[in-house]
Amino acid sequence: MKLILSAGRVIDPANKVNDILDLLIEDGKIKKVGKGIKDKDAEIIKVNGKIVAPGLIDMHVHLREPGFEYKETIASGVRAAVKGGFTSVACMPNTEPVMDNTAVVELVISKGKKEKLANVFPIASISKGAKGEEISDIGMLIKCGAIALSDDAAPIMNAEIMRRAFEYIKQFDLPIITHCEDKNMTADCVMNESFSSTVLGLRGMASAAESIMVYRNIALADYIGAPVHIAHVSCKESVEIIRWAKKQGIRVTAETAPHYFCLTDAAVKNYDTNTKMNPPLRTAEDVLALKAALKDDTLDCIASDHAPHGRTDKELEFNYAAFGIIGLETMLALTLTELVHKKILTLEKAIEKLSYSPAKILRLNRGTLSLGAAADISVIDTEKEYTIDTGKFESKSKNSPFNGWKVKGEAFMTIIDGNIKMKEGKIL
Amino acid sequence: MQVKRKHLIGLEDTTPEEIETILNTAGSFKSIFNRKIKKVPALRGHTVVNLFFENSTRTRTSFELAAKRLSADVINFSVSTSSVAKGETLIDTARTIESLESDMIVVRHSCSGVPLLLSKTLKSSIINAGDGMHEHPTQGLLDLFTIKEKKHKIKGLKIVMVGDIAHSRVARSNIYGMTKMGAELTLVAPPTLIPKDIEKLGVKVEYDLRKAAKNADVLYMLRIQLERQKRNLFPSIREFSLLYGMDEDKLRLADKDALVMHPGPMNRGVEISSEVADSPQSVINEQVTNGIAVRMAVLYLLSGGETNEIDSFSGQSN
Repeated sequence: MKLILSAGRVIDPANKVNDILDLLIEDGKIKKVGKGIKDKDAEIIKVNGKIVAPGLIDMHVHLREPGFEYKETIASGVRAAVKGGFTSVACMPNTEPVMDNTAVVELVISKGKKEKLANVFPIASISKGAKGEEISDIGMLIKCGAIALSDDAAPIMNAEIMRRAFEYIKQFDLPIITHCEDKNMTADCVMNESFSSTVLGLRGMASAAESIMVYRNIALADYIGAPVHIAHVSCKESVEIIRWAKKQGIRVTAETAPHYFCLTDAAVKNYDTNTKMNPPLRTAEDVLALKAALKDDTLDCIASDHAPHGRTDKELEFNYAAFGIIGLETMLALTLTELVHKKILTLEKAIEKLSYSPAKILRLNRGTLSLGAAADISVIDTEKEYTIDTGKFESKSKNSPFNGWKVKGEAFMTIIDGNIKMKEGKIL
Repeated sequence: MQVKRKHLIGLEDTTPEEIETILNTAGSFKSIFNRKIKKVPALRGHTVVNLFFENSTRTRTSFELAAKRLSADVINFSVSTSSVAKGETLIDTARTIESLESDMIVVRHSCSGVPLLLSKTLKSSIINAGDGMHEHPTQGLLDLFTIKEKKHKIKGLKIVMVGDIAHSRVARSNIYGMTKMGAELTLVAPPTLIPKDIEKLGVKVEYDLRKAAKNADVLYMLRIQLERQKRNLFPSIREFSLLYGMDEDKLRLADKDALVMHPGPMNRGVEISSEVADSPQSVINEQVTNGIAVRMAVLYLLSGGETNEIDSFSGQSN
């Protein structure tokens, strides 16, 4: 089967390509990129005016299966992914049971494959039962298909255990993805500590509770010589520590999520539980720092931290509501609207942070349009203007603070291994 | 005089004019207290529900008496956290209550934001009787009423509020109320009990009570939750009392006619000494009495009542 994407703007950050070109796909691989490609056997799809990008990769999602299927399943999660333009997702281990054993890893991989939509890459738990006490069978988990290890389910407070995790995983040269939060400082806290928390009378988390652990984990990774990836960076102080660490040559990478550069904690004003997430929305100053850090590559990539929750988890008192918001179906639009159209990032840079960068961090052989690479491609309409409507989402959950937002830019087509999986909003 | 609002969630969004109207109306109701029959038919046929998710005999009783003196039907509904454990959500509970055809719901909850949430979900008028660390607007209003009654003005008064500002809904409502009415408010507490950026609300922050108390017109002592000590917010009750408790020695630094206030219940010997609590300058018991008049005013005005009609209730009863 052959397919030509004709006359789109091909943007391939890995190969520094940005031009109006044709792209030929054959047998699920990228066969040729160039001007005036002709092949009488190929189906031709005109994508004039659209962007042809490497398939987008969301390296931080929660698919909730097994254990919380009322929030999301792998099936609904990958539908949300391809609808949002994503060809691959990496899912976090806070399932029930926790993804700390090969059985759950295998289940997630096989359920993901069965859907034949987005590629699903499991991230296993660093510690058994996510208890932060004993490290998991890291070698077996990786052999079985886990692509990284994370404490996103529950940050590891004990530095000695974290040190041993970094040290042990060093032999596999895979990153540890850390959720940086000193839990002693954030007990019972539900939002950022700021003027907003003072006015609302809600317990606030100090940004230092994040930055302290960002530094601790970088210090440990540096000491051991292992790579570390900092998940969902939300505050200025964390950015400054990461920037410093990169200058020292420490092997640190980092992500932020769209809500951290689109919203401030002022959005919590009416106790909307869709503004409750962890780390919390921070201040305008933090938003500026994150944008600057995306621009100067202190922050390598953008990930959604897609965290589906049902109505029974969110239609509650703010204190009792679950942390987290969904993001797979809004991330591309928010990145384009808030960063690209507002000239914080070039389109090439934004695409790099949504595809090539996460692929590099996770050592995935994807995120490029190199000849011979898997034909995972996102075709993007950067000019499409519309209003976000969670009612139309593929995700089982609707917990988004962006419902009703006017945005510009959306996924036009999602191609995985050469097969069209989504076109103009329809999943195929 | 009327107020054009359905709910009273906090003093943050009330105007000085609205506060003035409520205080004047409360004054009219208070004059009824001296009569033999302390009841008017202002809310006859109205149903007021006291929906309390948190124990509070004092506030609940005050609202209950206020509603009864207005001839409303009153239902007290206390919800323990056990129904939450059974899977019934806040919204379910509130809808059940509203199905009793309530006109007004007086709500108290340990979580900030609950009255606002209910006001967006239910048809009844919602009156906040204290939500978490957020607001306790009728307490703020009764405090303003008491100050005005004693000092005949609020504007320009030097008010010092002392204690656990960080966790206090009483503090927040009073900050809005007092600053809106033109008082100069200084908050005094150890830095651990001062919430972030509170100065942005137009108040001064001072750590030294002796310094702040000088020439003060009002000394407002907040209740300290003794369990805060376990969270290392202050080292010991003894030290807190020494530095931040109001005693005769510190009281002497204030204006000789300074009022001493406390929202109750007091920890005698901790934030306030018995000598001060029982001194002639203490208006703590008047605050409780005024609470009834202020809550009558709030119930009456939110139901659409007009202040100048109150006199026409004279001598009536049902």
